[in-house]
Amino acid sequence: MTSLPGKTEKSLGLVIDLDTCVGCHACVTSCKEWNTGGHMAPLTDFDPYGGAPDGTWFNRVHTYEQSCGEGGRTVNFPRSCLHCETPACVTVCPTGASYKRSSDGIVLVDEDKCIGCQLCAWACPYGARDFDFDVGVMKKCTLCVDRIYNENLDEVDRVPACVAACPTGARHFGDLGDPNSAVSQLVAERGGVDLMPDLGYNPVNKYLPPRAKTSAPTDAPAKELESVTAEGGFLGWVDRMLSEEAL
Amino acid sequence: MHPALSIILFTTASGAGYGLLALLGVLGPAGLTPEGPWFGGVSLALAFALIGGGLLCSTVHLGRPERAWRAFSQWRSSWLSREGVLSVVTFVPAGIFAIGWVILARLDGAIMVAGLLAALGAAATVVATAKIYASLRPIPEWASVYTLPAYLIFALMTGAVLLNALLHLFGAYSTAFSLFAAATIAAGWAWKRATWRHNDTAPLPVTANDATGLAGGRIRTVEWPHTEANYLMKEMGYRIARKHSARLRRITEAAAFAIPLGLTAGAALIGGIPAAVLAVLAVLAQAPGMLVERWLFFAEARHVVSLYYMPEHSGQAA
Repeated sequence: MTSLPGKTEKSLGLVIDLDTCVGCHACVTSCKEWNTGGHMAPLTDFDPYGGAPDGTWFNRVHTYEQSCGEGGRTVNFPRSCLHCETPACVTVCPTGASYKRSSDGIVLVDEDKCIGCQLCAWACPYGARDFDFDVGVMKKCTLCVDRIYNENLDEVDRVPACVAACPTGARHFGDLGDPNSAVSQLVAERGGVDLMPDLGYNPVNKYLPPRAKTSAPTDAPAKELESVTAEGGFLGWVDRMLSEEAL
Repeated sequence: MHPALSIILFTTASGAGYGLLALLGVLGPAGLTPEGPWFGGVSLALAFALIGGGLLCSTVHLGRPERAWRAFSQWRSSWLSREGVLSVVTFVPAGIFAIGWVILARLDGAIMVAGLLAALGAAATVVATAKIYASLRPIPEWASVYTLPAYLIFALMTGAVLLNALLHLFGAYSTAFSLFAAATIAAGWAWKRATWRHNDTAPLPVTANDATGLAGGRIRTVEWPHTEANYLMKEMGYRIARKHSARLRRITEAAAFAIPLGLTAGAALIGGIPAAVLAVLAVLAQAPGMLVERWLFFAEARHVVSLYYMPEHSGQAA
């Protein structure tokens, strides 16, 4: 059913810290590695080792420069499905392939029902959906639904692959519908924001903006360079000798 | 947005077919067209061919066309599903209307009701098509008040130009209908110009700051996430047409509106066989003109996801 559940029991999602993300793309490759064998497998690649590789990915990291005050700051920006509360990608789906789970709010695609019309990709402002031209169906982030409930994994590993991979702890996973959860507390504490809130999709995932700079730029000029003109002493003599035209 | 040929052919052909069907469903029983089964047969066959051919074209756009039947299930939420349901439902009264007119040679009573229902179904299907685009908030050129009337006007216009040619070919033209066809062309032309004027100044509904959650300052791309163009950039960031959009708009204005308007008005004035030639030429000019118009409808539409890929925040997406 592509009608949305009135209320979901949980709102599972990610909190992404733009202050600590270093743009290493470990979440990108880890996502690809897990999901090409997971719920939406395969994540087809075309010409992967050639000159024009193309393929299906659920998570990407952009790198931006934001001008702010003196100079600018580099911001690494991971972009994946935000598992919105009111996702138009679900309601536009003509077949019922796209759905939002009433239990945990995860937005999924039933690949066996998808006709590949791609209207959901048009309806998503966040670019979360990627079309698999080999299989002819739309694919997207599953929030690693096959990890987070997977009792074959150690409990510590029951988080999305991108969260498990992040070396700086910039990605947090939890229930954003529960105001007392660790992720909700983090969002409240750091002033987490929605992306494009005015479009009305009500994304579950939140982004933590970079922290304000704590100190003014230091005024520490570099040491003056050594003189390149010939001086006295032994080195001056060597310099003069080596500079002779005859040599 | 990437202009897919299958969708361009579908929306233009089925739009003309539904326009023609609606006009026949109303004007036939009203006695404003020839009543013979030959006229009804040829005209309705053309309408069905355009509608059916368009619907077949649309399945080419699907990754898994063999599952297209599933698209009839989600009419509660999806305009695409509603379009599918309405297109099939419309075939029922349209089929009864065609059988009544062509085989039973009747246009009264139940057949008249079927004709009116077919006209209603045709209009509803075109509305559903338009709503697919008009409800996509990430694309400001489509999510505007101009989209729904445009689809209705263009369906009526292309249907009227077709019917005008058919009436001339059957020697049954009326000055009143020719003037009506000319009026729809004028309306379509004015609406298209107003739409372009609106789109040329409409900003994207959000900024790069909104897209990234980074308040304040200018956002500039340092590095893309990938070296090659991906699906998003190819599907939503299509930019080839924008380079030529001014010229393509002039071609649209000439072929879809100015030339057919002149030919239709001319046909209304002179009558006879030369008028039939002009009326057919109007169809032949307008068909490619509308294909260019629809191509621009896609190619000029900007999607907010392009904000993530734009080199520098300038308020205009790639």
